[in-house]
Amino acid sequence: MHRIAVVVFPGSNCETETLEAAASAGSNVHCVWHRDTELGQVDAVILPGGFSYGDYLRSGAIARFSPVMAAVAAHARAGGPVLGICNGFQILCEAGLLPGALMRNSGLRYLSRPVRVRVEATDTPWTRLYVPGEELVVPIAHGDGRYVVDERTAAELEAEGRIVWRYVAENPNGSTRDIAGVSNAGRNVVGIMPHPERRNTPVLGGTDGARVFLSLEADHATQHAGGVRAVGGHHAEL
Amino acid sequence: MPAYRVEIRVMPRAALLDPQGQAVGRALQALGFVDVEDVRVGKHLVVRLEAATQDAAAARARSMCDRLLANSVTEDYQVLVEAA
Repeated sequence: MHRIAVVVFPGSNCETETLEAAASAGSNVHCVWHRDTELGQVDAVILPGGFSYGDYLRSGAIARFSPVMAAVAAHARAGGPVLGICNGFQILCEAGLLPGALMRNSGLRYLSRPVRVRVEATDTPWTRLYVPGEELVVPIAHGDGRYVVDERTAAELEAEGRIVWRYVAENPNGSTRDIAGVSNAGRNVVGIMPHPERRNTPVLGGTDGARVFLSLEADHATQHAGGVRAVGGHHAEL
Repeated sequence: MPAYRVEIRVMPRAALLDPQGQAVGRALQALGFVDVEDVRVGKHLVVRLEAATQDAAAARARSMCDRLLANSVTEDYQVLVEAA
């Protein structure tokens, strides 16, 4: 079981669903207030969706200076898994933990609806249970979702396999190279615009988002199962 | 120390799509301003601060832009300083 901290900023509004989705996947989850300076003993950090600081100046621009962000950056630099969803993705970009920036949707309208994305990278702690090339339906809910990055960095992301999710069929916000999510060079920090926590159980219309949270636990389960096998010589029934 | 009034202009990079500017441009056209060729929308900030010299005030303002007021990936900025 992984211990996950979900960071809550003034204006975050997806922390409850995110807590619930991670708990359903078997994680031990708690919220951390943005003014806290320590995360405690955690294995992973999630920055949830919302409108931190009212999106003043730019989405995520002010949240990145919250006291807790120094601890998040230290966790990320030490290789710890970090996931930013929507506003969390915007904050990670503003904090320089991910390249690029998120700008106003090309059609100007705030969009809240399911979109189709293709899983491009499965070598991250948040996507390892997906199949490369698999297509998912996950909801977006953003006004500033157009991922922008200079051409050289875009080519680098492509070459290094750091584009994690890409919009297929239609690009809802005009993002560079249809990007819906990227990772850092170490693969431990991932940012995605769609909301997997809103699509993790049949009652929400589908389960395509569930494996984001299950992926983190799968890493641990694999190691654990390996240990059991080594000792017992046979599979324990799960 | 003397006080300065710093005007900071933050604009989306010229190479990047500015959908807000396009929408305003279309609205102006619809109002009959058919001579409008292009509109871009940015931000205008006015900061009052104390500094030893005008140059020091400008340097301070540029540092604010680099660290917070502008995003170097998507925006350019201009700093204009005058005695307050």
